[in-house]
Amino acid sequence: MALFDNPFGSRRRFGRRGCSCGAHASQAEHEAATGDTAITRAVEQSMLRAVFPHEVERRAFLSSVGAATALAAISQILPTRFAAEAFAEAGKPEKTDLKVGFIPITCATPIIMAKPMGFYEKQGLNVDVVKTAGWAVVRDKTLNKEYDAAHMLAPMPIAITMGLGSNPVPFAVPAIENVNGQAICLANKHRDNRDPKNWKGMKLAIPFDYSNHNYLLRYYLAEHGIDPDTDVQLRSVPPPEMVANLRADNIDGFLAPDNVVQRAVYDGVGFIHILSKEIWDGHPCCSFSIAQETVQQMPNATAALLRAIMEATAYASKAENRKDVAAAIAPANYLNQPLTVIEQVLTGTYADGLGNVKKDPKRVAFDPFPYESFAVWTLTQMKRWGQIKGDVDYKAVAQQVYRATDAAKLMTQAGLTPPEVTTKTFVVMGKTFDPAKPKEYLDSFAIKRAS
Amino acid sequence: MSASLRLRAGLLSLAIFAAFLLLWQVAVSGVDKTETMDPEYAALMGQSATTGKSAMPGPLDVGATIWRHLKDPFYDRGPNDKGIGIQLGYSIGRVALGYLLAVAVAIPVGFMIGMSPLMSQALDPYIQILKPVSPLAWMPLALYTIKDSSLSAIFVIFICSVWPMLINTVFGVASTRKEWLNVARTLEVGPVRRAFTVILPAAAPTILTGMRISIGIAWLVIVAAEMLVGGTGIGYFVWNEWNNLSITNVITSILVIGLVGMVLDQLLARAQRLVTFPE
Repeated sequence: MALFDNPFGSRRRFGRRGCSCGAHASQAEHEAATGDTAITRAVEQSMLRAVFPHEVERRAFLSSVGAATALAAISQILPTRFAAEAFAEAGKPEKTDLKVGFIPITCATPIIMAKPMGFYEKQGLNVDVVKTAGWAVVRDKTLNKEYDAAHMLAPMPIAITMGLGSNPVPFAVPAIENVNGQAICLANKHRDNRDPKNWKGMKLAIPFDYSNHNYLLRYYLAEHGIDPDTDVQLRSVPPPEMVANLRADNIDGFLAPDNVVQRAVYDGVGFIHILSKEIWDGHPCCSFSIAQETVQQMPNATAALLRAIMEATAYASKAENRKDVAAAIAPANYLNQPLTVIEQVLTGTYADGLGNVKKDPKRVAFDPFPYESFAVWTLTQMKRWGQIKGDVDYKAVAQQVYRATDAAKLMTQAGLTPPEVTTKTFVVMGKTFDPAKPKEYLDSFAIKRAS
Repeated sequence: MSASLRLRAGLLSLAIFAAFLLLWQVAVSGVDKTETMDPEYAALMGQSATTGKSAMPGPLDVGATIWRHLKDPFYDRGPNDKGIGIQLGYSIGRVALGYLLAVAVAIPVGFMIGMSPLMSQALDPYIQILKPVSPLAWMPLALYTIKDSSLSAIFVIFICSVWPMLINTVFGVASTRKEWLNVARTLEVGPVRRAFTVILPAAAPTILTGMRISIGIAWLVIVAAEMLVGGTGIGYFVWNEWNNLSITNVITSILVIGLVGMVLDQLLARAQRLVTFPE
């Protein structure tokens, strides 16, 4: 198939007349009326290919459900109108009472602090931030529309959009919450077992299958010659339950969001082996995620919500504000943690659990910009570990979910300066990642599941 | 005789309680680790790491926490931090709703099944299969189909508390004495009147037993369900405090959950006594 072929081209063979939406006499007329362009079709095609990697399956799907249904299903995943257009007409929010779900970890800082520090209010919104028990629950409640938007792990919206682990529903990441701010924490009994080469047989916890924690830990282990699928046991444990599990000796350690790591140190059950920034400095962790349908239905409310998030993120990124932020998010209503634990995470002056006080002001950073290359890297790792089978159009999926262009627009609206590019290269454990060459990157790994 | 027995039982209860508290206090008060730490480092660490104080609270800590909760049970500091009284209110409300729905379904259906031996045998395998299913096993299915977490919690209470009531109603109705039914037949009592004046009073004690089992189950289920769906309720409270590793609050809520469960059980026990008849 050539790149700009209509992916639904096979429909004509089924004797259907008219266009893909059924409202026009021909496909050409449809395209003239709706502005469907070759570019849109290229995106559709890549998504269709991502969903049905094998040509045979794709054709079987088209012929079994009919092209109209196929188009309806795929255009669910692919709203042809990009959100940026919707944001262009900034106006009164369609709805001011909103619900945003979060998991009680410091990654959610901008989402949480925007409530007590008045960033939502400033945008004329009355937002309830609701604490949630685990990532799967956040996902289901957001899919059920109980939440208007939610704090999710950065790879989750990609997984949801592609239908990994749930029904495929198109999601967007208009803002990243935090970069860095995770760490590998080990139980105290492993104080003298710091070389990952000796970690065979360990039980390690990650917050969720579709998390950068999973991919970073796997990356780290694989670089040290440990196969994360066969040499160690990786368990998915909701962050708030990790310390209790470490104390109970259910796990040997975890790569987890901060305040969980620091809490393990605070309670004397574990120590910080390395910070996640030592694996990849500047990696994204959590995202602010919203269903694309919600964006279409209430573009103004979404834009207002996002401006609040952007401003909160900008405020949190300044070192001098960190203590105030810590005081705002530590109470029982939000993180429900001792203040000193949150302060250690946010100020970067922390106890490492081995008797040292360390200073690293970059331990966690807040940068809302969703670089498309983040999504491309995530996709390479999803494919590396067999979560995605078959071919992936990295660029198309990345652009579809990580809304760098929208984010730039919103940042400008909020009076901030967005970066000039939407994609960048970065270094993970000494190896440069070039987002233009995901396939070569993937091929370069010795330990992987992808064929 | 019975008064003195009651007195002695009461005294023994108190003695057991006192011994338990003493044992508890002794068990948690061990301070074994007092290695010296850099003060700057120690300031960043928790008490259990610096002083070797046990992470398990003693009875005094728990007593203080209970008192703090009792003093102000209805505070409301936002959607994620409400007083224990409000949380209990949410839980009891959900249980009441799910349970009443179960009563409304189980008793009429049980009546119909019980009056027909054919239906009774035909439906038995289904009831037997569905009865032992754990509440949390229903949860994903409920969340997926109902698409609303608080309705899902109510549904799970309904589905778990419906079976004991249904089985007991069927059993009670089916084992109404033949003689009484025959007497009713000789007196030419119509079917509706027979159901209400003969079968219902005869089956009432068994039905109430089923209802009592069910309320116990419903109260067990709500805590698990709320831990999962979160938001409000005593189950969420336990989960939230566990995240904070605040064992004092967890123990407090265990006591409160037990107390409320006992009250609910006693209410139905009293109702059961009202309908019991001597044979």
